[in-house]
Amino acid sequence: MARYGSVLDLIGETPVVDVSELSPSPHVKIWAKLEGRNPAGSVKDRVALSLVNAAERDGRLVPGRAGQVLLEPSSGNTGIALAMVCRLRGYHLKVVLPTNVSPERRQLLLAWGAEIIESPGSEGSNGAVRLAQRLAGEHPEWTFLYQYANPANPAAHYTTTGPEILRDVPEITHFVAGLGTSGTLMGVGRYLKENKPGVQVWAVEPPSGEMVDGLRSLEDGYIPPVFTDNDGAALLDRKVVVRPRESIEWTRRMTDVGLFVGISSGAIMAGAVKCAALVPPEETATIVSIVCDDGWKYLSTGAWSDDIDDVVERARRIIYF
Amino acid sequence: MAAVVRIPTVLRPATGGATLVSVEGSTIGDVLESLTTTYPAIRGQLLNEDGTLHRFLNVYVNDDDVRYLGGVDAPVADDDEITLLPAVAGGAH
Repeated sequence: MARYGSVLDLIGETPVVDVSELSPSPHVKIWAKLEGRNPAGSVKDRVALSLVNAAERDGRLVPGRAGQVLLEPSSGNTGIALAMVCRLRGYHLKVVLPTNVSPERRQLLLAWGAEIIESPGSEGSNGAVRLAQRLAGEHPEWTFLYQYANPANPAAHYTTTGPEILRDVPEITHFVAGLGTSGTLMGVGRYLKENKPGVQVWAVEPPSGEMVDGLRSLEDGYIPPVFTDNDGAALLDRKVVVRPRESIEWTRRMTDVGLFVGISSGAIMAGAVKCAALVPPEETATIVSIVCDDGWKYLSTGAWSDDIDDVVERARRIIYF
Repeated sequence: MAAVVRIPTVLRPATGGATLVSVEGSTIGDVLESLTTTYPAIRGQLLNEDGTLHRFLNVYVNDDDVRYLGGVDAPVADDDEITLLPAVAGGAH
């Protein structure tokens, strides 16, 4: 029945659609799981709800109590999803957001009543994490859910995304997703490996650009605790990096199968196609890849309409994972 | 014939500013070894004392992370492009 008591009940149970037309091999099927169908528009709705529910369960947040403040570093989608959940649950959210995210992301945060604290764009997501950690130290009265280290992040995918994938595509042989906090890969990956041994888990690393250029030393690097806590290096079978041009090209190619998706999902599809191309011709395979969000938040980048060289250059300066 | 190593900004002080370095070697270990022979200052940034990769360094052969292809034993062919990239939280680009 398509009748729900709360918008939060709309989170999850996203459709998967056959996009094998994009596969380089007739023996390899590719399915895309459309996380943009979540009510706040991305896969992060699952994470935001899981983080808040876990904090309410352990008493860090108390529904109905006035004046509760949450703090979170986000390049956009987690912030947007948390803003929606917080609006419904009555919490005030402060999002530490790099200055170089697409303007649509800022506006969506403001639409749901979140407060934006800017971190330097040149420091990317690492800079947002650092600033949030400092602010959390200075304000112990704020609740710092910290998606990069919170087990409720991968748990959201272990308990919902993973089971949905195996139920809907039981013949799955490969799972391909993006590597940000690593929550999707760790949660879905662990669920699939436990319940269907032999499934391969592939990570797509976002391309690096200006922000990596700005690092002072390798010691400024960052590996999310969610990745190390879940022994990510052992869980993943392969990790590929996708370049900005490929990301845009595949974001455009997705419209051939009727999908208008965000740029990170173009990158992930590029990774899924690389995966498909490596399946030996005598074997069959079924890949499930994640579409993290739809294209709306990226229209200002001109990704679908402008000259690709201009778009690639513009995309180097924004954060889209 | 050799592989080409792409040096990230953060490591360029150790290569005298070079961004693309041509290196001989049939494995990633060989390639990094000959790179550190040419540029001794880079060694401590690439490898731990036991010869494993620095934890905040990702090494790609033609866009494939070598940690999942055998690490320092990952094979390298002529004309392969090897990219060294610092590990960062996803999203910066």
